[in-house]
Amino acid sequence: MQSARLDRRELAIGAVTALAVALMPRQASAQDAAQAWEQAVKAVLGDAKPADGKVTIEMPEIAENGNTVPFTLSVESPMTEKDHVKALHLIATANPQPGVATFRLTPLSGKATVSSRMRLARTQDVIGIAELSDGRFLMSKRSVKVTIGGCGG
Amino acid sequence: MNKPRIKLPDSAKAGDVIEIKTLISHVMETGQRRDPDGKPIPRSIINAFSAKFAGSEVFKTELHPGISANPYLSFFMRVPGPGEFEFTWIEDSGSRVVEKAKLNVVA
Repeated sequence: MQSARLDRRELAIGAVTALAVALMPRQASAQDAAQAWEQAVKAVLGDAKPADGKVTIEMPEIAENGNTVPFTLSVESPMTEKDHVKALHLIATANPQPGVATFRLTPLSGKATVSSRMRLARTQDVIGIAELSDGRFLMSKRSVKVTIGGCGG
Repeated sequence: MNKPRIKLPDSAKAGDVIEIKTLISHVMETGQRRDPDGKPIPRSIINAFSAKFAGSEVFKTELHPGISANPYLSFFMRVPGPGEFEFTWIEDSGSRVVEKAKLNVVA
């Protein structure tokens, strides 16, 4: 009796596994396409776990023209030899190429603040990641509404 | 590439943290657009910029097509003493623009 019940269970597990395997490749490729930005984040972080929210991303809440959206990235840091921000990375989650720029700072920078202007294809989240001299990472995210998208053509 | 524009403070003291602003004219063609005949327009951007002061590296960046045309950059430096900046912009083609600017360091 018992062995018959086991067989049935094994059969059921086998069937579920086969179904999962059959479904997996399609799901995986759909995910790859949708989440290029996640790969861009991983390329920066590796396996490190970033602390949340310490990177200030200043941007307009609503960008009327996605071709030129001003931004400022900053982190509170003494910028000494021992304790400084090594790099600031900017990632746009819904741009055709999510990596926008990497800014590399030095203790000579004095202040971990950079500004420039970016393109935003459409309304999306923007991610700022700071890489610190002690190997830690900080990460923040903010959403920007875009009236007319950039990158188009 | 055209001559870049650079904005430094009129004067600074050693130890001051100063803002440096640079701007260069460039189309920053993303490679995503098509011309009126439907042919893709090849990518052509400034992909790197660096700033040195008195021979030491202060700041550098890697730029991607998500940076707007006529790339503007603002960044900071703690003035180590008197010296001259050397700014370099590098285009996809490999061509580069180098611009020097002396900082007026006062006692």
